[in-house]
Formats: sequence, C-alpha cells, structure tokens
Amino acid sequence: MTLLTTVFAAVICTALWYKNAPKDEMKIGILCWIYWGASLMWFVDAVFEYAELKAAFFTPAPAEMLNDLYLGLSAVALGLVIWVVFLLAKDPRGAIKEALLHKKQ
Amino acid sequence: MACFVVPAVEAIVIAAAAKSAQVKEEKARLNGGETFTVREKIPLSRKLKWLRNMLLGGSALLAFEHVWHGEITAWFPFLTAAGNPADTAEMLHEMATVGVAMAVLVTAVWGCMLLVTDAIEKRTAKTPSGVN
Repeated sequence: MTLLTTVFAAVICTALWYKNAPKDEMKIGILCWIYWGASLMWFVDAVFEYAELKAAFFTPAPAEMLNDLYLGLSAVALGLVIWVVFLLAKDPRGAIKEALLHKKQ
Repeated sequence: MACFVVPAVEAIVIAAAAKSAQVKEEKARLNGGETFTVREKIPLSRKLKWLRNMLLGGSALLAFEHVWHGEITAWFPFLTAAGNPADTAEMLHEMATVGVAMAVLVTAVWGCMLLVTDAIEKRTAKTPSGVN
C-alpha cells in the first residue's frame, strides 16, 4: 500500500511536470525525483517481502493495509513538505523577495 | 532495519561528484573551452544531480518509514537494531541485500535515463538546426 501510494504520487507529479515542461517554475521536478526514488526503493522492499511471504504478500490483514496506507499518505505529505521548503528557499519567482521588499517600503 | 543507509551513502558520494563536475564545467566555460557542440549536451553535473535527487528523496522517505516503525531513535546508537549483536547482524545482512539492491536499481534506472537522453541528444544533433 505504501508503494502504491508513492507510485500514484510519482505519476501525478510527473504528469503535472510534463504539462508545464520545459518551464518548471514551481519546481515540480523535485517532487518527481523524491517520489520516483522512494517508489523504486519500496519496490525492492516489496520484492524481498514477496520472496519471503509468497502468495500471502497479496492478502494482507485489513488493519495492516490501513496502517500501510496511513504510512504512505504520511510519506507523501513529508515529500510535499520537503518540496515546499525547497521552493521557498529557492524562490524561483522571486515572490518572497518581492513581498519582503514591499513590506519594508 | 537500516536499508536506506546504503542509498543515502551513495547519495552523499554522488553529491560530491556532482559538485566536483560542476566546478570543472565552470572552469572549462570560463577558459573558453565550451563550444557550440558542447552546449547542445546536458552537462554531467546535471545528470549526476538527477541521481542524487532520486537517492536523497527516496532515502528521506524510507528513513521516515523506519522512524514510523520505531527502528530509528533520537538517541545513540540511533538504530534500535544496533542495540544487540543478533539484531546488528540481521541489520547488516539487510543492508547488504535490500539496501544494495535499492541502490543498484535506482542507479540502473538512472543509467537507462542517460541512454534515452543520449539518444535524444544525438537525434537533435543530426537534425538541421536542432528542429525535429
């Protein structure tokens, strides 16, 4: 479930990035890297888990699934937080700089 | 247990390599080494940054998962598995198998991306004035 959540996040972010490419004013590219990196790593984790559990891997307990979904959504939220911090730090549109300068005037 | 450590270490090494490549490219540009054909290609430092971002982003989210499962603590030795020898051996085994496999897969995907970008660059170079 964690893998599925991050894969969906990665696909949505890639589609959003492609829509505006080659312009990347909102730095969506960063989100793509984060989610694809995590998706690949969780995929490896899933392969090793499958090798251990075999068919049982596909029939998790509902409580376990819910916890994994909760974890996946939290991981997506953390990725968004990292992206917002990066976006505000880089300030590609110069909006923060402008807002601060306007306040001073 | 600590599988994310392997890609995180690789990310640090790649970040250093990307920085070094960027400095070299900057020097070459200032010395007039950059030609028209060089400008058509994506710099190595940029390509390395793709790998760094994937490894760092993935490791950060995986580290969060380990915090979620109580495998990372805020106090020494930071990894709960490092508390006793049996768990440490299991953790090292996981790093050597799952961790290495994660790093290898991410690097392999990045390698495939490089092949695709190289093909696009070659195709663009062949087309007159770079227009398809």
